[in-house]
Amino acid sequence: MAAVATNPTAPSPARQRKERLDRGIKVRSEDIYALNSWRELAYLLAPRVLPVVLVLLLGFGAPLYWQRVLLSTMVFGLLAISWDLLAQAGMVCLGQALFFGVGAYIAGILNHYFGITPFVTIPLGALGGGLVCTLLLLPVLRLRGIYFAMVTLILPLMIERIIEATKIFGGTEGISGLTPLPHHGLELFLIMAAFWVALFGFRRMMTSDYGLVLKGINDNDRAVMSAGLNIYRYKAQILFMAGTTGAFAGAFMTHAYQFVGMPVFALDYSILPIASAAVGGLGTLAGPALGAFILVPLSELLRGFGGLRIVIYAVLLVVFTVGLPEGVFHFLRRKYTQFERWAEVSK
Amino acid sequence: MLTGYLIYGLINSVVLVLVALGFNLTFGISGVANFAFGALYVTAGFLAWIGLNTLSLPYWVSAPLAVLITAVLAGLLYRVVVLRVRGLVVSEVIATFGVGLALLELFRFLGFIGFEYTLPDAGDFSLSLLGVLVDSQRLLIVAMGAGLTAFLWLFTRHTTTGRAFRAIAQDEHTALTLGINTERTATIAVAFGAGYAAIAALVILPLGTIAVNEGYNVLVNALAVCIVGGLGSTLGVIVASFLIGMAQTLTAAYLGTHWMMIVSLVAILLILLVRPSGLFGSHKQLEERI
Repeated sequence: MAAVATNPTAPSPARQRKERLDRGIKVRSEDIYALNSWRELAYLLAPRVLPVVLVLLLGFGAPLYWQRVLLSTMVFGLLAISWDLLAQAGMVCLGQALFFGVGAYIAGILNHYFGITPFVTIPLGALGGGLVCTLLLLPVLRLRGIYFAMVTLILPLMIERIIEATKIFGGTEGISGLTPLPHHGLELFLIMAAFWVALFGFRRMMTSDYGLVLKGINDNDRAVMSAGLNIYRYKAQILFMAGTTGAFAGAFMTHAYQFVGMPVFALDYSILPIASAAVGGLGTLAGPALGAFILVPLSELLRGFGGLRIVIYAVLLVVFTVGLPEGVFHFLRRKYTQFERWAEVSK
Repeated sequence: MLTGYLIYGLINSVVLVLVALGFNLTFGISGVANFAFGALYVTAGFLAWIGLNTLSLPYWVSAPLAVLITAVLAGLLYRVVVLRVRGLVVSEVIATFGVGLALLELFRFLGFIGFEYTLPDAGDFSLSLLGVLVDSQRLLIVAMGAGLTAFLWLFTRHTTTGRAFRAIAQDEHTALTLGINTERTATIAVAFGAGYAAIAALVILPLGTIAVNEGYNVLVNALAVCIVGGLGSTLGVIVASFLIGMAQTLTAAYLGTHWMMIVSLVAILLILLVRPSGLFGSHKQLEERI
């Protein structure tokens, strides 16, 4: 009799599936008619304005220690944005520390040996760093996938060794006693401005035709080539943009810590942006930035564990890449724009 | 003087061959990226050390056990991590790199740093070659290098499993239609490569101390050899190892040991500029690379 109960042809309970539909307010606020109602305007503005306001309040309201944490969060956020920008154009970079380090060294050298003010060295460090990194990676721009990743993995390691071997720019000791930015508030404001400009600016760029070409290079570079576009020019441009963003983070951090040395090429600066991107959600720029806002304060709380931090990043990286490839940002965005319900499956 | 450099350069080349063979087997012949390779190499060294010193096992138990555990770990890594992102090359790289990083930094955190972490060498015996004294450990390295290369070459050509390794890299779907269980073959390939890494570690590490940073160096060297030689080509591995190994030794002799690391990168950059498929690479690799 038991066999009858498990008979597969017996009528089964109503089969259901989960379906996702866009929320009404999302659809209503998609075009110009959003301007008709405050609710729809608020729906559109909240995810964009709220973080800016929150960070501003947090930055100027928190105690000094947490202000510094916020500062390094934003720096890592910029690195993560720069990583994701490259990844969206099909270039996976395992050595973000290269951009960071080159920017940091240029700003540090200009300040230490020539006594130039931080207000000049930071922009020069950013642009010069972007240029140097683009030139360094120009020969390998033709490479794809893993091969590009391998070269970027090795480059910062190599520069570290060269500095160690030749003892240039302070060698293993580094250069300390650099000029700080005049005021903590100004410092914080500057990095916030840079962070939001990079985030919203690049996000906007990715929705334009130019961004479409970049995404095309990621999806199928041969197709873009056969459309008569020179993909290497696009790749070089995006490399310069990402390099400048990363180098700005480095140049800024140099003056915030008043020190530049070999640690700027350390693995932390390469692995944390990737981990942020994996946790936050790839391909949105906002996701990696959000990931940095999760990981950096977390690592600050875990400061007692010291060397275990990289282990934790690495484990998170693996868990999110393998188990939750969607990431936090995609999840949040789905919840914000869509609702779920159970629907009958028709025969 | 120069004969000495040349002989030690040759030995350094065999060290590179040993290191690169396992990586080439996994990544080149079977097409599975394993960026945890360097970490597995160091893990084997520490496992053997723990077996010898903490558990006081005899060498002939501890060493094979270390090789076995490393191979099983790598197989698990493939089953638990890589299999879930198989085919997404970038995710494969990031996930395996993350595992390797976690392993290496965990060793660093647990305090496996210092001069006491050494493995026993082959004993006080040395041979004079053209007036240059070569100690027994280095002789063992050369012998093992030759033996393992020959074994791998025969294995990938004359056994079913070995031919299956090559088949899944050439065309996975065709391999499936020919009745090859690609997932199982890939698991074995990863474990096999890790076993090679472990043997290499046991033979090479007695020359110095077991250091965490060695894991990164090994990965970079193995990558350089495989890229320069052309993936999947055993002959390519040997030729590239000798080129890079000689260049490294001569650089270390005339410029200083700090510059040794740069040789690998310069070699990679040069080969990618001049001959992107590698010295012995096929056209298929050219398509994958650029």
